[in-house]
Amino acid sequence: MAEATQMNNEASTAGPAGAVADEKARIGAPSSAPAVIAGFSEEGESLSELNTGSIQHGLKKHSHGNAPVVPEASRGERLKSYNLEDFAPLTGREEDWRFTPLNRLRGLHTEPLTGTGPSVQVSGASNIKVETVGRSDARIGSAATPEDRISAAAWAAADGATVVTVPANTVADAEVTVTVSSADKAPAAQHLIIEAGAFSTAVVVLDHSGSATLAQNIEIVVGDGAQLTVVSVQEWDDDAVHVSSQQAKIGRDARFKHVVVSLGGDLVRLTPSSVFTAPGAEVEMYGLYFADAGQHLEQRLLVDHAVPNCKSRVTYKGALQGQGAHTVWVGDVLIRKEAEGTDTYEVNRNLLLTDGTRSDSVPNLEIETGLIEGAGHASATGRFDDEHLFYLMARGIPEQDARRLVVRGFLTEVIQQIKVPALEERLALALENELAAGNL
Amino acid sequence: MSTLEIKDLYVSIVTEQGSKQILKGVSLTIRTGETHAIMGPNGSGKSTLASTIAGHPRYTVDSGSITLDGEDVLAMSVDERARAGLFLAMQYPVEVPGVTMTNFLRTAKTALDGKAPSLRHWTKDVKQAMSQLRIDADFAQRNVNEGFSGGEKKRVEILQLELFRPRFAILDETDSGLDVDALKVVSEGVNREHAKGEMGTLLITHYTRILRYIKPDFVHVFVDGRIAEEGGPELADRLEEEGYDRFAAATPAVEA
Repeated sequence: MAEATQMNNEASTAGPAGAVADEKARIGAPSSAPAVIAGFSEEGESLSELNTGSIQHGLKKHSHGNAPVVPEASRGERLKSYNLEDFAPLTGREEDWRFTPLNRLRGLHTEPLTGTGPSVQVSGASNIKVETVGRSDARIGSAATPEDRISAAAWAAADGATVVTVPANTVADAEVTVTVSSADKAPAAQHLIIEAGAFSTAVVVLDHSGSATLAQNIEIVVGDGAQLTVVSVQEWDDDAVHVSSQQAKIGRDARFKHVVVSLGGDLVRLTPSSVFTAPGAEVEMYGLYFADAGQHLEQRLLVDHAVPNCKSRVTYKGALQGQGAHTVWVGDVLIRKEAEGTDTYEVNRNLLLTDGTRSDSVPNLEIETGLIEGAGHASATGRFDDEHLFYLMARGIPEQDARRLVVRGFLTEVIQQIKVPALEERLALALENELAAGNL
Repeated sequence: MSTLEIKDLYVSIVTEQGSKQILKGVSLTIRTGETHAIMGPNGSGKSTLASTIAGHPRYTVDSGSITLDGEDVLAMSVDERARAGLFLAMQYPVEVPGVTMTNFLRTAKTALDGKAPSLRHWTKDVKQAMSQLRIDADFAQRNVNEGFSGGEKKRVEILQLELFRPRFAILDETDSGLDVDALKVVSEGVNREHAKGEMGTLLITHYTRILRYIKPDFVHVFVDGRIAEEGGPELADRLEEEGYDRFAAATPAVEA
């Protein structure tokens, strides 16, 4: 059954600022007490003394010599840089890489990203603008800054970017599909920018397929009053490796919906983030992942409430089946001191369908002001609920059909958020195939 | 004419303290067209009997038998029992997120009948049954029991009873948590189905008030895992006046 289900609540309740500061000081300080279990600290699985992490409090943890190991005190303090050299080579012991099997990255973290990479084709709406621009284009860097080494490497290696622009005050006349497809397995970099102008409305689907070893940066600019939905579908071939940073900058009163659907690939690691830059905006982030035997599907989210009166909802759901199926969900929510009136809730649910699967779920909430509407998070990882099964079987539905009905029910909630009928239908079918493949 | 026969049934559950016997020799025979009320204080084993008939995995049958027209019910899986014609209206219907009522009802009906219902008739039947039970039409698009109030969940159980048309219906405290109006609506639903003359009913209740609306032919009083007293409808009247105290006092003697 489940190897481990982990909860890590750094600061799960709002309290007086003083108490939060104390708590952070405690978490941030190197523990002088010896660990009771080797390799574990009171915060959970400890990083070994070999780990020298990233820069914290001005201490360069990867510097030579014996600089002290200082764990990241706040998600907000994580290193951001456009320079690859600022990030130390990965060892797998970094907090944000500790779940990722680096040896399955097919060199994405060690090799130069010189492959041709997947082709990008944009179709759909006729009243939007699609451009291919060079590295010097001013829009590159307008919404994102790399937060990890692979993202920085992709930034350095990408020739230019594909820019999809929904002009201000424009309602896209159809959904926009960005087809990212590849047969080239050499490590490659890619840069995409989606810009929704002020008061525009659009749905953009990123459709990933084929086989690739891809490091990707996606910048999303959601203009003031814009309503943008971005759906990232990962239906890669079985061997694909995909590491994707998807950072969104949210304008005043904007509505942003981000949906992740990860079904294919050998190793998929997404780091979607939403950063509020002006009050009144709302963000919904949804995710669905279905890991089969041997698959590693990881998602690390950040919602950064840096301004007052914004709202965020995060719902990620995953199913796992088969030996070695591994999913990771880390949801970081920051409510900064300025972000009064914040309303946030995030939830992760995982359904373990067979033995031999592992799901890690780590919701983190950091709250620096008590003057908020609400902040909460929840995580649950479990088998099928036997009571669900009993209820359905007591109505004559055979066990196998009942299980499928429940899994389908469990996951379609996320698909229903996409609101693109053709895509919803396609993904529902893909789910059926997953269920059939698992012999459920 | 069908017969559901329960013979000398002993049932236990596994608790943290070990195995605990709940039913201690229950015998009961229900025939098509009959309504049997099972009454008793909390913890007397009424709901255990209901769940055991339906095949809930929490309950272990230590000895005894349950047969439906001679067929061994205990040898059947939960879904086979339902397809054989047993229906349990649950005391606490679970919420099944993501599965719409429409999808659920049709899937169940298809499984029970062995073929998909004719779409036109089915939609009409569902609509009519919902309206008779005063269930809002928009419930069809909602997920099974999700966000339903206690009363709504019970009405949806009876909706299924009317749509699935079982040979034997076991109503596990369907009346609990219902206000008078809802109790009437739910009772009418059971009576409608019963009046067709093709169903036997086992009505499990703590209170006598539902018996004003659903008239039992037989009343069985459960105390400490067995039937302490049996009689006709007049026994229910007596219970209404006297309560269960008289049986509670007798409990230690039974156990001794």
